[in-house]
Amino acid sequence: MVSDGANNTMAFPRETVLKVASLARLQLTPEEVDLFATQLGATLDYVARLDELDVSNVEPMVHAIELTNVLRDDVLVPSLPRHDAVANAPKTDGKYFLVPAILES
Amino acid sequence: MHYQPIIGLEVHVQLQTQTKIFCGCSTAFNPDQPNVQTCPVCLGLPGALPVLNGTALRLAIKTAMALNCQIAKFTKWDRKQYFYPDLPKGYQISQYDLPFSFDGQVELITNAETGESRPIRIIRAHLEEDAGKNVHDETGRGRDSMVDLNRAGTPLVEIVSHPDLRSAAEARQMLEELHALLTYLEVSDCNMQEGSLRCDANVNLHITKDDGTVVATPIVEIKNLNSFRFTEQAVEYEIARQWKAFQETGKTIKDAPKSTRGFDPDRGVTTIMREKEEAADYRYFPDPDLVPVTVTDEQLAAIRSEMCEAPAVMRKRFQSEYQLSAYDASVIIDQGRLLAEYFEATAKLCGDGKQAANWVTQDVLRVMKERKETIANFPLRPEVLGSLIARVTQKQLTIKSAREVFADLLTAEEDQTPAPSMAQIDEIVAAKGLAIVQDDGAMETAIAAVIDKNPKAVADFQAGKQAAVGALIGQVMKQLKGADAQAVREKILTKLSGG
Ligand SMILES: [Zn+2]
Repeated sequence: MVSDGANNTMAFPRETVLKVASLARLQLTPEEVDLFATQLGATLDYVARLDELDVSNVEPMVHAIELTNVLRDDVLVPSLPRHDAVANAPKTDGKYFLVPAILES
Repeated sequence: MHYQPIIGLEVHVQLQTQTKIFCGCSTAFNPDQPNVQTCPVCLGLPGALPVLNGTALRLAIKTAMALNCQIAKFTKWDRKQYFYPDLPKGYQISQYDLPFSFDGQVELITNAETGESRPIRIIRAHLEEDAGKNVHDETGRGRDSMVDLNRAGTPLVEIVSHPDLRSAAEARQMLEELHALLTYLEVSDCNMQEGSLRCDANVNLHITKDDGTVVATPIVEIKNLNSFRFTEQAVEYEIARQWKAFQETGKTIKDAPKSTRGFDPDRGVTTIMREKEEAADYRYFPDPDLVPVTVTDEQLAAIRSEMCEAPAVMRKRFQSEYQLSAYDASVIIDQGRLLAEYFEATAKLCGDGKQAANWVTQDVLRVMKERKETIANFPLRPEVLGSLIARVTQKQLTIKSAREVFADLLTAEEDQTPAPSMAQIDEIVAAKGLAIVQDDGAMETAIAAVIDKNPKAVADFQAGKQAAVGALIGQVMKQLKGADAQAVREKILTKLSGG
């Protein structure tokens, strides 16, 4: 796949937009689907410019920060009082987060 | 036509840390007080930053070493994204393409009697965080489900085996072997009631048709098995179900996607949870909030030096070093590391492994069970039991007398006296006259006296009633409690036959 720049936008399939939206639990209007297809296409196109570089001798980057081994000791830190923990819940009985009945099996 | 079950396990083990994997909240099992062990990190509140628990990493590496895995020098964290009410962030922090360990194996005992074993290969073991717990409305009236996030963020190691298991019994044995291994190492308490050890089983059948061709049935993943028995039952049921389904429909792995089933222990059946239309799309990507982890050879050597002997190794050693049968060695090993160490200390002290094994597996385990006690609280320490057994092997006490002393020592302990000591053995032996009478003179005197006092029994015996000698033996034994009944019998017979 060769791109000649950000101006010449590759089409991003509407089905892919719909799939990504469904995975993210987003409900889109048909206009939004068109808009995101164009915008995502342009973004991916721009990223695709990296394909022009020869990276065969470059180690894959696994993280943006060049830092490793940030560890903490296994020491208890006070937790939030329950009142605060559930404070932002859309629905609570003061003890639990309440969600619409989950049907198992 | 015949079939071969093909089974692989994904085992989740909760690591024995004080705090969660990425925050300082407690990992204590606390279902009665929901949502009191949470913070912005494990609730997934915006702006909170996770930091890896160093102990979780160390215990995870220890686990991987016990599984004979390769340890990665460089490992990183990924987000596995899906929506479920018990997953507050909308993603689970896990490890995708660079797990901290891979390529291991566990030696599985496939025959307890002979100790025969076979390696089960481990694909990988990675670290991840646990989800919370959903509590469902049991009334069936569709009331809200309740979510408790105390458990969210608890450190887990997920161990993925190759599909090397060949029966439901082997699946159970594998889980038992991992249980023994991980509790010996003290990386997890493996408490199955509390969910510290649970597994998913992937099951299908390879069917050899009459014309010799082999086909495979669709793969089924049985989720969330939380006991040894349920694991065996669920796999057993699933094997039979797939065999029947294949005979009815002929469907193979090419006709149906992998599906997920749950096990209903009340009915003993697996039921469909979902068909996977396409491979679940978790859109893994590296977690930008967590930096990668590297380990050096020195760090690995330090962790390796903390490792204790693995139960499988100990089992073999007990057989060769103490002449135990594979079965006896397994009974001891399966009771846990403390009991195994108790046995070994006792065996060393009395110098007879076989006798020590008999006492530990019969008498000690029986009393522990009666008293609902662990070996850590068992009142007879190895020095005392070892000394008692030594008196039997050195022919100072009969087995029967030793059992009597054993019981008395335990009763004395119940009377609030200090823990039984070796001195007490001597006291009981002396008080009850249990010492084996090696003094032939004393035995001769006692026998002569009994014969004198029982002319009728003597006459009966001489008239041909063999049983009459029993009464005489009994009376001698009453006088000389520690005497060897067989020796007394022989001496009486010799005497009565005119010796
Ligand atoms: Zn927390």
